[in-house]
Amino acid sequence: MAEMTIRDALNQALREELLRDENVFIMGEEVAEYDGAYKVTRGLWTEFGDKRVVDTPITELGFAAVGVGAAMAGLRPVVEFMTWNFSILAADQIINHAAKMFYMSGGQFNVPIVFRGPNGSAYQVSSQHSQAFEAFYANFPGLKVVMPSTAADAKGLLKSAIRDNNPVMFLEQETMYGLKGEVPEDADFTIPLGLADVKREGTDCTIVARSFTVPQALKAAEIMQAEFDVSVEVVDPRTIKPLDIETIVASVKKTNRLVIAEESHAFASVGAEISHQVMENAFDYLDAPIRRISTVEAPMPYARNLEVAALPSVEKIVAAVKEVCYL
Amino acid sequence: MPKTATRQKTETKPTKAATNGNNKPAPKDAPENQTDEPDVYDVKEAQAEFNKRRKSQIASIKKLDKEFLGEMLYQMILGRLFERKCAEVYRMGKIGGFCHLYIGQEAIAVGSMMALKEGDYAITSYRDHVQAMIAGITPEAVLAELYGKATGNVGGKGGSMHMFSKEKGFFGGHGIVGGQIGVGTGMAYAQKYKGTDNVTLCFFGEAAVNQGIFHESLNMAQLWKLPCIYICENNQYGMGTSQKRAMSISNIAKKAEGYAMAGEFVDGMDVMAVREATLRAIERARKDGSPTLLEVRAYRYMGHSMSDPGKYRTTEEIKKYQERDPIILFQDSLKEAKVFTDKDFEDFVAKATEQVDAAVKFADESPFPDESELFTDVFA
Repeated sequence: MAEMTIRDALNQALREELLRDENVFIMGEEVAEYDGAYKVTRGLWTEFGDKRVVDTPITELGFAAVGVGAAMAGLRPVVEFMTWNFSILAADQIINHAAKMFYMSGGQFNVPIVFRGPNGSAYQVSSQHSQAFEAFYANFPGLKVVMPSTAADAKGLLKSAIRDNNPVMFLEQETMYGLKGEVPEDADFTIPLGLADVKREGTDCTIVARSFTVPQALKAAEIMQAEFDVSVEVVDPRTIKPLDIETIVASVKKTNRLVIAEESHAFASVGAEISHQVMENAFDYLDAPIRRISTVEAPMPYARNLEVAALPSVEKIVAAVKEVCYL
Repeated sequence: MPKTATRQKTETKPTKAATNGNNKPAPKDAPENQTDEPDVYDVKEAQAEFNKRRKSQIASIKKLDKEFLGEMLYQMILGRLFERKCAEVYRMGKIGGFCHLYIGQEAIAVGSMMALKEGDYAITSYRDHVQAMIAGITPEAVLAELYGKATGNVGGKGGSMHMFSKEKGFFGGHGIVGGQIGVGTGMAYAQKYKGTDNVTLCFFGEAAVNQGIFHESLNMAQLWKLPCIYICENNQYGMGTSQKRAMSISNIAKKAEGYAMAGEFVDGMDVMAVREATLRAIERARKDGSPTLLEVRAYRYMGHSMSDPGKYRTTEEIKKYQERDPIILFQDSLKEAKVFTDKDFEDFVAKATEQVDAAVKFADESPFPDESELFTDVFA
């Protein structure tokens, strides 16, 4: 094991996959000579050169399409969006092309491509740069959606995403790139897509959190234990699609209470989907209505105090846990 | 790879000399006269140009193998009869959804795709039946797909707009106007990445040229020297909107200049002209990856799709273009070159009719897909 940041864990995953398979290449804005807008691709262009690490013009629809076509022709592109906000420009290629190709070609052309980049809020980057897209992409059959919250998950899941034969949306979080964690050093370390992880075991209440809200949920769990003697279990699905609902349901059956914390807006969110699936699979086990903490129903404001008020927080999660525990 | 390519000196320039004498010279793009611009395709002038190059064309025909010429003509006839049959069975309710026919544009697909070699790729829009058959997908598989049958080219999952053959390098029919231009660019990217000298033919209609993806793709293709041959099938209408009402200039080939790319006008009713322009583009692409934009001017005889009543144009207009029918023109040249006789043409028609009828029988008799197929091929 080695301690490293999420940023470095992602970098290591990319490097190892570039070394492992010559069909893997990275493309995106500023990924090569500039070393990546968020330095995730740092050093890779220097090591692998122009063929494997490719700077693109600012032309999201265009380079996403090049990725899709190249993947259909047998390459394994890893396409970086400087942030997922810009992926909307490429949504036609992701949703109409990548997601549908295997199906509408009757199983002939699969699209082994990874789209990756930071998702959700950063610090005061306002409305057009602070959106969380997991629910949007998870709505379309044919796409896989992955959201790591630790360095080890980031590395293991990205390697699996690159090796996957389908289009994978790999959603990172900018404010978490610097978070450190222990990461296995084995070059064959991977984490299968579709497998949730219990980040903290507990018996009284379950929090399902992903990406941005996982560290918050863990902190909230500590507070609940210390101040209220409530044992909170934190489940991180890690992969949004396919969703490991079994692990979530098993946890709810044990704790009988569920809080869902997510950075996206609430309406038609992944949290709404999880809530529905828990209702279907564990309705009789619930001792309280499910509570959700999401980003408020307004575009992201710039002012720091407003931004903080808009986002999920430890305090909001603690309040929700207390509510489902009737405290 | 691309970075190296950008550092190379760009030697490509629009090749005026390589226009094969097709059509009239590019009209001056004068925005103030926009509404007075002539039609993008003047039938009389096009025919006059065609007559001028007739001699050299007959010479080119004579250089080709008779069997190959027969195959070219046969594919055009088959495409025509197949599409006519589609219209007929569509009206009988045997085909659902959208159905875009290729009648009038056969010279484009035949002239270009039959210039390819092993390992080359092609990709097109939703108007894809004829390209699919030239690529090697059988008429049976295409028609069964249109019928939504299990024996269809993609098992009934795609329908009219989505024919594919990985084996034959046919990367599909695609339903979003212009989407395949970017995908085709990526296919060419992979060909270059793998170090092959193969090329991609990327077909799209003139209306797709107004989409952002066209411009994004051509920019990258020239920047990175991707061996993609962009074939704009200018049939003059984007659904019911004429090119004149949708594009600020009339010369699409000229847009290549904006990317320092080679561009060429081609008479889309002249299969040999299409073939020769494609071969020139292929030569550039195989040599150093240089892409080309070909504007191939044709005319769509039928409506945009089967549900298009065509009220935006007159019968006279359609008849005017049909005077230069690509099959008739090619047959005349073949006769003049003494390659085939009228009897041969009749034999081709008879054979194609038989093949189309067999496809109808096959599609009619095939089963619909099993409901379990609903969930297959969602993920690889």
